[in-house]
Order: sequence, then C-alpha cells, then structure tokens
Amino acid sequence: MRTIEETTDEILGLAATHFNISPGEIAPDDDFFKKLGINSLQALELLTRLENHFNVELPDYEIQGVTDFRTLAERIQSRL
Amino acid sequence: MLDLTKYNSLGAALRDALDRWPEEVCLIEADRERENCRLNYREFKQTALPLASYLEDNGFRAGSRAAIIMTNQSKWLISAYAIFHAGGVLVPLDYKLSAAEQIQLVAHSKAEVLVVEYHIWRAITQAEGFDGLQVKTVLVTEAPPGADLKGAVRWEEAQSDREPEFVERGRKDPACIVYSSGTGGRPKGCVLTHENYLEQCVALTSLYPFWPGVRYLSILPTNHAIDFMVGFIGPFTCGATVVHLRTLRPEYVREAFPRYKITYMALVPMVLKNLEKGLKARFAELPAPKRFVFNQLVALNRRLTRKRPNLNLSRRLLKQVHEAFGGELRALFVGGAFMDPATLQFFYDLGIQVGNGYGLTEAGTAVTLNDFNPFRADTVGKPLPGMEVKIVNPDAEGVGQVAVRSKTVMSYYLDDPDMTAETIVDGWLMTGDLGRIDKMGHLQLLGRVKNMIVTEEGKNVYPEDIESAFEGLAVKELCVFAANYIWPERSMMGEKLVLVIRLDEGQQLTEALREEIAARNRRLLNFKRVSGYVIWDEDFPRTASLKIKRNVLAEQIRGRLDRQTALIEI
Repeated sequence: MRTIEETTDEILGLAATHFNISPGEIAPDDDFFKKLGINSLQALELLTRLENHFNVELPDYEIQGVTDFRTLAERIQSRL
Repeated sequence: MLDLTKYNSLGAALRDALDRWPEEVCLIEADRERENCRLNYREFKQTALPLASYLEDNGFRAGSRAAIIMTNQSKWLISAYAIFHAGGVLVPLDYKLSAAEQIQLVAHSKAEVLVVEYHIWRAITQAEGFDGLQVKTVLVTEAPPGADLKGAVRWEEAQSDREPEFVERGRKDPACIVYSSGTGGRPKGCVLTHENYLEQCVALTSLYPFWPGVRYLSILPTNHAIDFMVGFIGPFTCGATVVHLRTLRPEYVREAFPRYKITYMALVPMVLKNLEKGLKARFAELPAPKRFVFNQLVALNRRLTRKRPNLNLSRRLLKQVHEAFGGELRALFVGGAFMDPATLQFFYDLGIQVGNGYGLTEAGTAVTLNDFNPFRADTVGKPLPGMEVKIVNPDAEGVGQVAVRSKTVMSYYLDDPDMTAETIVDGWLMTGDLGRIDKMGHLQLLGRVKNMIVTEEGKNVYPEDIESAFEGLAVKELCVFAANYIWPERSMMGEKLVLVIRLDEGQQLTEALREEIAARNRRLLNFKRVSGYVIWDEDFPRTASLKIKRNVLAEQIRGRLDRQTALIEI
C-alpha cells in the first residue's frame, strides 16, 4: 500500500510527463490549472491517465472544485 | 411534434408527449461505457408520477418552487417533470457552484423543495450556512446505504401510490427561475414563463427539428438554458431521445457518438475547440499520400457546399470523419460564449454544421442562429422567428447595444425591480452586448457595454461577485472589472477580469501583499479568477450612499493607464 506522500509524488511525476514539463517545476500545493495553464477538459485527460496508473475509477464529481495536486492525491488515496 | 401553440404550460405539453409516444425511448443514461438506464416515455411517466404525488402529499402546490442541483442524468428530467406536473416552479441550479453559493441561491429562490445528488448534498451539509437553509423537503438521489442524510429523504423512496392531480398553469405563469449569475453579490434570478419556453421551442425547432428516433447527446449542464431547451423540452415535445453522459471525459464523449448514433449535441466553445484539436491531431497522423487526398476532399466539400450545406454529399465525400461521429450527426449547437469563426469554418469544411447563435438567459435561450443559407462564420446568424433585434444608439459604423423584444424574454428578475427596470426598457431587453446588423440581416457581436465576462466554458461572471473574495485585503479599497470594460476591445474572445487596488497613503506593494492576492485568487473557482491587478493612486469615486461609481472609475483608469503597462499579472 502506497503512502499519501508516494501517491502525491507519483501524481506529480505523471502530470509532468503528461504535460511535458520537468518534475521539479510542480509541487503538491500548486494549483494545476494555473501552474500548467490547462482548462477543465485537460484536467479530465490527466485524471484518466491517473486512473489508469493507479487502477481506480474516480467519478468526475470527485474532482469537482479540486485544483491542487495534494487534494487530488487524497481523493485517489481514499480509493486505493 | 406537438403543436405547442395550443398549450398553456410546459407541464401540459410534456404530459401529452408522454402519452403520445409511449413506446419510444426518451432517456438513455450512460456512465463511461456502461448504460445505467433506458426509459421509454411510458416508463418515464410511471417513474415521475409517484414523485409528483409525493410532492403534492407534502404540501407542494401551484406556484411552489423546487430547486434541482444535479449533474446530467435521467433523474434530473424525471424530477423536473414531476415538479411541472404538480404545478411547481423549477429552479435549476448549477452543480458546479460551491456549496455556499448553492445555499445562497436556494435561499434567494425561496424553494420549498430541493432535489439534489448525494455528493452535492454532502458538501452542502458541511458548508457554512447549512444551518440556516430553510427547505421543507430535500430529496437526495443515489445516497449510499446507511448514509446520514441530515433530515433529507431518499429520492428513490419519495413515492406515493395516489394518482397525482395534474395542476394546470397559465402561459404567463412562471415556469422557471434561472440564475444567470450573481452568486457573490446581487443574485440575478430570471423569471421565465411557460410562454417564454413554449415560444422558444417553436422557434428553435423550426430550424432544427426533432422527431422520434432523433438522439440528442446531453453534456452541457441541464440547468443551462441551452441544454434545458434542446436537451429536454425540444426532444420531449417531439418524441425524441436524450442521451445523458455522466462524464465529460473527452474519450467517452467521442465514443458516445458512434455508440448511440447521435443526431444533435450542444456544447460550449471550449469543448468544440477540444474536438477540433483532437481531429486535427488525427488528420496530422495520416500518411502523407492519404493526407493529401483527404485535404483535397475537404477542399472539394468546401467548394460544393459554399452556398448551402449538403449533408448527404459531405457524408459520402468524408465518410470516415462522419462515421467517427456515428454517421447520423446532423448538427452541433454551440453557445454560452463567443465562438472563434475559424473553428466554425473548420467543422463546416468537414460537412459538420455547427449551429452558432447568440442568446442569453434573460431572452429565454437563443435570439439569433445561423441558418446556413449561406454559412457565415463571422456572425451569430439571423434573429429566430418571433425575435425582434435592434441596435440602440448606433455609431457611424452601425455599432451599438443589442436590444431584443420577443415573447421569449423573461418577465423580471426575482425580487429586484430596479435591475428589471434597467434591463427591460419599454418592452426591449437591453442585452449589454455591442453589435451591428449587416445588410444580410445577420448580427455581428463586437464587445460589451456591460461590466462582465463570459468564459469559454459558457460561464457568465460579474466582477461585483468576485469582490467578496478579496474583502479584508490590507489595502485602502479595491474593486473588480472586466478588462474590456475599462479598455474596450472589439472582441468577445479571451475576456479577463482585473482587480483594481487603491493602496493606503505611503503603503507599498509588498511581496506579502502580492502573495495574499494570489492566494485569495486561487481560492476562487478557476473561471472566476482575476488575471491580474492594477494599482490606482486616487480614491475611488463614490455615490452619496458610498457605492463605487464604476463607470466613472473605469473612465478615469482608461484615461491615465495603458492596459499593457498597467496590468500586473498574477
């Protein structure tokens, strides 16, 4: 079982790969809309990638209002 | 289609529709690749009537108000019909608002009943203001077993065996209260009558007809005026099918077209742009010879459909593209915000008509729509039947404020006679948008006179509503503007919000203050955030009652500061 820190780190790594940036450029408390300059559809694309990686299913409403990697990690962790 | 001119209310029209096409499928609800439910009109009626009866048993009467906060799904429409059957007034609220905002609007609407999904209800019960929420009956859908519903009732159990009374309403009676904005400041609850909706439906279906067998894919929130009309009233009064998709993931939206043989879909510019991007990426992957042939076919289609669309021809010429959309697609409707003409042209060249129009909640949904006779990407089309559009105080180029008069225009803003009087003048709805009407009778939009923005996701954002997020900031005074209101641009794309700050005497813009501004901005929903701020060095002009004279302040800033140099980005 992963720890929340490990989950967060994996999410940051996957987000960096997905949006083609270096992993050091993003941190857990970053607002991913602002930091990555993405819209809600691009955020959903990232979510699909995370679901496939962690083998969980997150309904769209689970990330409604979530804008930072740390909270996203908590939502995923609760389903692992 | 039912002859809607003969009906007095949405409830009466929908009731007849349920009896007219009992065996036609009216609803399909899908979640990713799974199908949750499929109902025909008879089954829809059998599900809705016990709910209507339950509402009546619990004191719901003609004119009682019921709010719905749900994502797109079958229970949304079933609940809405039950409310209309019982003579109620529907208050469709945006599920994307924060729980605190939802509580505020439920209170403002004075709804006696709230129908809400479990995950939204859970957030509401944990939000500030929940204790003050005065709603007689709360019905919660899809609550897990054993969940603490805080006094609410499970929607699935809200049934009564008694045959409900059908409560008739008049054409001028309110059907819905739709909030076009105003969550942070002054709620704008548009009171729309049964006549508004019936007339709008007649106008829209004259251009885009529905019939049994037509399938509409619903992904725009149903509380949105467009989806409510083309994803509920339109298809239901014609015996057509609504497909709800409970995810907005682009991959599932794409798959839904061929799976359900979709005929129509409404979307906001952001989603259409995303579809364009995906298609362009796929075209770019074609091997060079295939890409060459494909581009030739697109060019040929463009030439052959220059004067008017020819769907059958386009489907033959660009077979693979149309098959990817299921082979039955007739049109996409785009609305809620301004659409880039290049994207409209891209789809038209592929033989996919995008019904581009202009509308606002206050006008009942759509005012103008492209009639494809011929296709014009540079305008928002001609007024729909029954709509009068004029330009108020036009300048030398014919540009002025767009005003609308029709039977679809709302009655008033709920509990706000002053704003109603400012907005509806001598029977004309003053839209606050700038435009001109060309020689062909097409409306072109060229900016706004009102201090607001519309995002690519179709969200109206009023600057006054954002100010509470910055209240208490350690500065002398502040206010928020639409950047184009201060520095007008003849464009409706890329609209942004700007925070104007007046520092205290001798105060400096410190790093701590910058961080505080950024932190407060982050707490706002992403579409409500300000893009930057301006430091202003004079006290704000105010009225005798100390309200900021926004138009005067905007004029002062415009006179002394340049947008490019004054704006500090966050």
